Amino acid sequence: MKIGTCGSVESNDCLITVKESSGITIHLESIVKEYFGKQIIKVIEDTLKELNITDVEVTCIDKGALDYTIRARLITAIERMNKNA
Amino acid sequence: MKNVLNRFVPRGYIPFQGSKTIINSSKRKLIPEVYTSNANKLCGSLAEVFDKLNITDGMTLSFHHHLRNGDYCLNMVMQEASKRGIKNLTLAPSSLFPVHAPLVPLIENQTVTKIYTNYLNGPVAKTISEGKLKELLVMQTHGGRARAIEAGELSIDVAFVAAPAADKKGNANGVDGPSACGALGYAIPDVKYAKKVVIITDNLVENLDYIEIDEKYVDYVVVVDKIGEQSGIVSGTTKITRDPVALKIARNTAQLLNELGLIKNGFSLQTGAGGTSLAVASEVKKIMLEKNITASFASGGITAYFVEMLEAGLINELWDVQCFDLEAVRSYKVNKKHYGMSSSKYANPYEEDVVVNKLDFVILGATEIDLNFNVNVTTDSKGLLIGGSGGHSDTAAGANVTIITTPLIKSRIPIIKKELTTISTPGEDVDVLVTERGIAINPKRTDLLDKLQNSKLNILPIEQLLEISYQYTGIPEPIKKSDKVIGVVEYRDGTIIDSIYKLGED
Amino acid sequence: MRRSLLFIPGNNPAMLQNADVFESDAVIIDLEDAVSISEKDSARNLVKNFLNSYRLPIEVIIRINGMDTDFYQADLEAIVSNNIDTILLPKANPRDLIKLDQILSKIEQKNGLTKKIGVIPIIELASSILDVREIATSPRVNGLLLGAEDLSSDLEVSRTLAGDEIFYARSMIAISCRAYNIDAIDTPFTDVRNEEGLLADSQKARGLGMNAKACIHPNQIDIVNKIFSPSKEQIEQALRILKAFENAQKEGKGVFSLDGKMVDKPIIERAKKTIDKAKRFGLI
Repeated sequence: MKIGTCGSVESNDCLITVKESSGITIHLESIVKEYFGKQIIKVIEDTLKELNITDVEVTCIDKGALDYTIRARLITAIERMNKNA
Repeated sequence: MKNVLNRFVPRGYIPFQGSKTIINSSKRKLIPEVYTSNANKLCGSLAEVFDKLNITDGMTLSFHHHLRNGDYCLNMVMQEASKRGIKNLTLAPSSLFPVHAPLVPLIENQTVTKIYTNYLNGPVAKTISEGKLKELLVMQTHGGRARAIEAGELSIDVAFVAAPAADKKGNANGVDGPSACGALGYAIPDVKYAKKVVIITDNLVENLDYIEIDEKYVDYVVVVDKIGEQSGIVSGTTKITRDPVALKIARNTAQLLNELGLIKNGFSLQTGAGGTSLAVASEVKKIMLEKNITASFASGGITAYFVEMLEAGLINELWDVQCFDLEAVRSYKVNKKHYGMSSSKYANPYEEDVVVNKLDFVILGATEIDLNFNVNVTTDSKGLLIGGSGGHSDTAAGANVTIITTPLIKSRIPIIKKELTTISTPGEDVDVLVTERGIAINPKRTDLLDKLQNSKLNILPIEQLLEISYQYTGIPEPIKKSDKVIGVVEYRDGTIIDSIYKLGED
Repeated sequence: MRRSLLFIPGNNPAMLQNADVFESDAVIIDLEDAVSISEKDSARNLVKNFLNSYRLPIEVIIRINGMDTDFYQADLEAIVSNNIDTILLPKANPRDLIKLDQILSKIEQKNGLTKKIGVIPIIELASSILDVREIATSPRVNGLLLGAEDLSSDLEVSRTLAGDEIFYARSMIAISCRAYNIDAIDTPFTDVRNEEGLLADSQKARGLGMNAKACIHPNQIDIVNKIFSPSKEQIEQALRILKAFENAQKEGKGVFSLDGKMVDKPIIERAKKTIDKAKRFGLI
């Protein structure tokens, strides 16, 4: 199975794992889920849409990352997944 | 009912009306001090004390927190109470720490049903946040607790006083012995006004060189193996932070103090013992050395850093309510200019010549601050109890200039909020917020704004600082608060400044 | 004109977010030594997305991977945009600088940049010292940074606190930079806890003609800014000279004296430079 990960569980970072799958599923674990859970999901969805990705399972363990970090980690995880093909 | 800050106040409590309203318009209430008539004080065990004092259901027991997270005494006393099946006790410890975790089952089985305290964190805080304490938690301030005790509002049946050294007549101090903790300032109101006073010591001596607690108040003395764990009582050293953001905040704070003309001969200051506070003290010290300035006094909890400044002649006096490290304990014991003070002398709003009122400035922290400069140090943004005012509101009310130092954002959470989770200290007593991306001055302090007109410091309206934090974090979703009130935040005058809610949604 | 340039590791979100709070004149976001080989891709994406999201109020410099590696092209493709000002090139030599200029021109054109990206070569090879004049006059170059750690390994000598081993390199760089009117940027002081050492090292560099210094910890910036700024006395003296010059001009005097000393053109030029600097750094 194709898989890619990027990031860390350091403060202000997030660890994103992507797996090839059918359709999009997103799992989010975040220390700021109450405040920014929806926003984080939206960043992930928007980024996937931009990259034209329709079949992936995304797991995000978030330690207070800002949007740009979530986006960058997701993009790299997907690049790595595609390289692992 | 709502108070002037538009916060809910449960039935039966007096709403907060402004920081000085009641204090300026009422007189000090004092019950008579309670002296002992008992001559034969030495007891063999806590069980004997419980028997002699006939400690029963519904009584109020008090404790001080000078042994901090190393304290064994509260747990020992409560173990005895639990063994005897006593119920519905009210506890009034000046603070509670993680070491007091054994209280959790006693709260759940209603051995303890009501708690008054000034600060709490750890498992007990979590249990109370979850709504498991039967009655309301009352969060007081250090000065407010002293006031409530001397006024008879917080009536203590038995004060258990952990003492690092005592004689069999009941005289005691905090400076001698293996569990030395230094000043015993928070225990003094309890000792004077509790109906009965029990000294718990692990160091019974023939003669004390220094007496902090007078035998005339003490009913019993009980000797135990150990009153606490030294490593939890005082830290070896308190260190200045190396965190660059905190250091930047500290430098800007010192520069601001300098521009406000607050670093002048004879000035007085208080800072906390946290790394950032010490960094501010260190930056202030640099300016003092450069301009050849000495301070008249520093107050509050004392650390090695202030001891060093006292010994270097940079500060004339230390007014110490509790010692944070071993250096402070040593200095308190030997240095005549290192004074102890009771929590009342420190912060009681009705005390004549109270120390907080003489402060030129105080440096404080915040877990949240709103656009009106109201500050939360009681709960985190989810509503979990993580601290309490301690001396926060007292020093803010007393000091000429109150400065909050905090990073603008802590792991994506903006510290500036449109609405606070809990109000601990009213914004009318908070003058300045210093963050790494700018400084906000309370608009009512036009005097400060005038002095800073030509400042090169980045001074912004607090609303703009909020906007800056939103640029980084985005706008947080509002948290759904539970409706269930589990406690109240009592302002130093005894009124209710806010309610505390159960954690999570109902 | 720079005094302090702060290195920030490229793959660390916590540090990137605070890059601009420390009052350095420039920030150097590092894709090279601070990023492990296996994280080059994630650092590149992180920095790119960070710069797309936040406009920093100070000069943004990117240290790319050296042109002897497999990474530099992808680095440039990812980060050259209007969001950055300058490329910091490790192990610089004249040949690479020509090539870098060509690549940058292509990307600037392709991406429609509205500005021209500058270049700061790092002088960290013995050969670079010999080529320093050519490097200093290469296209886009607006400063030289001394990399003393790598240079001393190339020279097979140890780094010392006194820094005798880099005396010649500092002097050479300082003289070349003055000659071509670009920034002479000193090597960072690596013991981040030694404030007195940093102070002495900065003073020494300044004494040899360096006008800026790289920092590897935010806590170093204050000292570096102080040492590389004109002092209060220097600013006051410069203002007096310019005032006297103005008066002399009004009176039609070509040459004049101040405090009994002749003031000539180089002195006036120097005073002007001091005032420019003071204004630039917000000191007056």
